[in-house]
Amino acid sequence: MNKRKTNIWNNIDWITVLLYITLIIFGWLSIYSAVYNDGHQSIFDITQRYGKQLLWISASFILILIVFLIDVKFYSLFAYFIYIATILLLISVLFLGKEVHGARSWFEIGNFRVQPSEFAKVATSIVLAKYMSSYNQKFKKFKNLFTLAIIILTPVVLIFLQNDTGSALVYFAFILVLYREGLSINYIFIGILIAVLFIVSLLVDKLIILFSIEIIAIIIFAFRNKKIKNIIITLITISSATFVVWGINKIFSFNLSFYIVNLIGLTLSTIILSIFAYWNKMNYIFIILGILYSSILFTNSVGYFFNNILEPHQQTRINILLGIKKDPLGTGYNVNQSKIAIGSGGFSGKGFLQGTQTKFNFVPEQSTDFIFCTIGEESGFIGTSIVILLFVSLLMRIIYLAERQRSKFSRIYGYCVASIIFFHFVINIGMTIGITPVIGIPLPFFSYGGSSLWAFTILLFIFIRLDASRLDLFA
Amino acid sequence: MDIFKQRKYFIQIIIILISIIYIIRLFALQVVDTSYKISASNNVLRHITQYPARGLVYDRNEELLVYNQAAYDLMIVPRQLEAFDTTDFCNIINISKQQLIKEINKAKKYSYFKPSLFLKQMSSVTYAKLQEKLYKYKGFFVQTRTLRKYTQKIAAHALGYVGEVDEEITKKKPYYKLGDYMGISGIEKSYEKELRGKKGVQIYLVDVHNRIKGNYKKGKYDTNAVAGANITTTLDANLQEYGEKLMQNKKGSIVAIEPSTGEILTMVTSPSYNPALLVGRIRTKNYLNLLKDTLKPLFNRAVMAKYPPGSTFKIITALVGLQEKVLYKNTLYSCHGGYHYGRQIVGCHNHPSPLDLTHAIQYSCNAYFCNVYRSIIDNPEFTSADEGFKVWRDYVTSFGLGNKLGTDFANELSGNIPTTKYYDKYYGHGHWSSLTTLSLSIGQGELGITPLQLANMTSTVANRGFYYTPHLIKKISSKKNIDEKFLVQRYTKIDSSYFPIVIDGMEKVINGEAGSTARIAKIKDIIVCGKTGTAQNPHGDNHSIFIAFAPKDNPKIAIAVFIENGGYGARWAAPTASLMIEKYLKKNISRKWLENYILNCDLINEQTQDKHME
Ligand SMILES: [Zn+2]
Repeated sequence: MNKRKTNIWNNIDWITVLLYITLIIFGWLSIYSAVYNDGHQSIFDITQRYGKQLLWISASFILILIVFLIDVKFYSLFAYFIYIATILLLISVLFLGKEVHGARSWFEIGNFRVQPSEFAKVATSIVLAKYMSSYNQKFKKFKNLFTLAIIILTPVVLIFLQNDTGSALVYFAFILVLYREGLSINYIFIGILIAVLFIVSLLVDKLIILFSIEIIAIIIFAFRNKKIKNIIITLITISSATFVVWGINKIFSFNLSFYIVNLIGLTLSTIILSIFAYWNKMNYIFIILGILYSSILFTNSVGYFFNNILEPHQQTRINILLGIKKDPLGTGYNVNQSKIAIGSGGFSGKGFLQGTQTKFNFVPEQSTDFIFCTIGEESGFIGTSIVILLFVSLLMRIIYLAERQRSKFSRIYGYCVASIIFFHFVINIGMTIGITPVIGIPLPFFSYGGSSLWAFTILLFIFIRLDASRLDLFA
Repeated sequence: MDIFKQRKYFIQIIIILISIIYIIRLFALQVVDTSYKISASNNVLRHITQYPARGLVYDRNEELLVYNQAAYDLMIVPRQLEAFDTTDFCNIINISKQQLIKEINKAKKYSYFKPSLFLKQMSSVTYAKLQEKLYKYKGFFVQTRTLRKYTQKIAAHALGYVGEVDEEITKKKPYYKLGDYMGISGIEKSYEKELRGKKGVQIYLVDVHNRIKGNYKKGKYDTNAVAGANITTTLDANLQEYGEKLMQNKKGSIVAIEPSTGEILTMVTSPSYNPALLVGRIRTKNYLNLLKDTLKPLFNRAVMAKYPPGSTFKIITALVGLQEKVLYKNTLYSCHGGYHYGRQIVGCHNHPSPLDLTHAIQYSCNAYFCNVYRSIIDNPEFTSADEGFKVWRDYVTSFGLGNKLGTDFANELSGNIPTTKYYDKYYGHGHWSSLTTLSLSIGQGELGITPLQLANMTSTVANRGFYYTPHLIKKISSKKNIDEKFLVQRYTKIDSSYFPIVIDGMEKVINGEAGSTARIAKIKDIIVCGKTGTAQNPHGDNHSIFIAFAPKDNPKIAIAVFIENGGYGARWAAPTASLMIEKYLKKNISRKWLENYILNCDLINEQTQDKHME
């Protein structure tokens, strides 16, 4: 017992711990500066956010100790239990939770608020590591894939219902983990195709989508077939069939829309072409046609899903996310103000506590989602690039540690940690510099907030703990 | 072993690639693009909200009713404060030194960095004096706002007022920030979205001398304010003013509607108040005073007061009887001083007997309509009084009674037409009959109808069977059309062929031989159709009611007048309605004696005098 304990302390990866502490300190200074007011001087003043954050940080160290004291086998043994308990919490917050900024994702106990969705990331990572390390036939059986989808999408749906779109999107980071563990590139392409089709069908006229899908299908066919003659035949068949349908529609005045005319034309020509393909034993054509028609079906059902199933406030959220709707003093305004603040920092910044933009009258989330502005304004380019380098170092270190694990469970969990931090890092910083859409998720270890800080601390230190025991763990 | 191990490189490449993109982007933003930087280190950016001018309000003849006047708010940013001559400063803006310290502390408590309101609505004179010396007072700046101004002292209730938003609203509707204004009642509330326009933000560079040096980045990040849309109301300012004049020293309401459109020509509530009282710094004080006033000038009687309609309701009883084929034009009923049942009697006044329908309306015979009502409810086609009552109620509500009409007036009330449930609860199921509810036939009992509803009912009769939802909006400058719902003809459940019989009776009320109930309302060369009413009032004198429309063919105006404690309908309400119609159709009044009779009538002070004498 005694021997094992010393063993752990010796094996802790202090580089990661050091990176963590550096990020936390940098983060707290930024919060202090963001809410700094001449009237309040004590850093321990817990009526101020920096005072509270200091409290959360202290509590984090206690959490770290607890994580270190728990046996490593606990996570693997109780993975499903932890996951199910978290799901139940996510369900109950829907009914018992308190609404903050339009999202019902907080439990309130006295003066204290906890956001279970932050901790759900940890639970999902543990259960993913457990499930994916426990079978051999990875990503081949439909059943396995289906189970994985359920594990990941259950919290996504629940968090989306809480109206916390940002936190729900974080779960798509797990694609990186699945990729690392051998998920076929094809699935990732299909995933990307679905995402692109979903967004495009909300943004672009469906006639243009239909044409684009047709053209892409023909291009794929051309790459596969390589015979100019066949491609010309295809083009002629499609256009003449469409023309005939268009003519009939005109003459008999059926009043069919141009979209329907094209769709009928396409269907007629595919029937002809399929017979031709069947004779020539070109079976791959049916795969292309399968993708073509499911894409058309999908783009049409997106509209229905969006207009009839989603609630109006969910529609607005997606609309703002995609930039379809703009509120003058909403997200666009925040991004502009954020760019002004960061830009005004210049190369070396205005100096600690000297920023004016971040304390001025813009974004309400200056100590939470837009904390990066304060860094940009006061520490300048030097500060921002240091923060980015710190995150890159942390991510590289985690991947390095993950790869040296002998236990599959530990490796997969490590990749989960890296993916989640990476997603938050990309989206949060990206939105403050106007690259990614404004999705309200915190910058790990920086943003103000107990739940987020604790969740990231637990997430990271479980991995450090697993790594410290890597020599005891196999499987 | 682990055949996918090389995939880690791809993941690492993605991480590094994105980080490089971000660093390049930050380099461009922070180092290359110098335009974000503010030249001198002491300069600051000031975000000034551009408040759009609120839309103007016109009457139906494009006569201006409501406009704006500039007001100046003095703002403060505590962080930028520097020592200044406080005595001089206090003198200019006319506040005490204690007040100055108090306000500065209040602002500091809110935020050192964000601007807060220091002094609300300075006069333009104060502003001019302060403007010259503002460079001495670092940390202060002036924000321009607009206040409502009224061309006349009329239509306070219909126009409504504008007030500052409270914290509750800023939470629910993030467009509004503390200190913003929004419509609280009347048109200002109903058309808030159109009238308010859209706020803008301008970012200025301010130098060390507290002077604005120009727009930041040439206005790249500014958004322009969009002025509010102008609104043309359906109100006729002249008629409204005249109505308010006639109603002086009386409690009650006048509502006039143009039947062919549903446009509200006049909406008088009396006593009223001067709309200018509820503007700006004096608003809160005046509001509290008006609230305390025992005559309740803030109570919008036109849409919120419920009265029994009295005999005006006999029109409805007649129409339902005709439609149900239990009453015909020639149906005769005799009257011996009223309607007798058991030991009870619904009394009636002296008039010829027996009467047919038109004459029963002309003389307003109570017995006649008691008979009609009973034949409706107790129609042998129905199995019970319950069923008959439901049929009767269906007809009544189809006139827009007993429910909110759905006007563009936010706080209209629904009034009350009792239901079978109500009587079941009161008397027990099966224990009430047409006799129990007999007073409904002549518009008494549990009926509660607002002046707006009664005017709309009159308009429906004028249209021979349909109405347009009454509304105050005629045109919005930013939109092509007004709300569709105001353009739909809403039919009652009474066939239009039954209306002329009743209208003939209404014509006789005013133009019939001696003994007709409202000959006082007669206007030369115009056929006015009307009906008197007297609402029983358990708390004091009965209310005087009159409904009328004119001319008989192609009616231009339908009107309902309620005068509280005015006694018989013919006494005060009928002449008031008649004068209003004459004013609207002929523009000037030929019967000065009648006008003076109404103007000199004082039912408020008279009553209080009576009370003193008791
Ligand atoms: Zn009689």
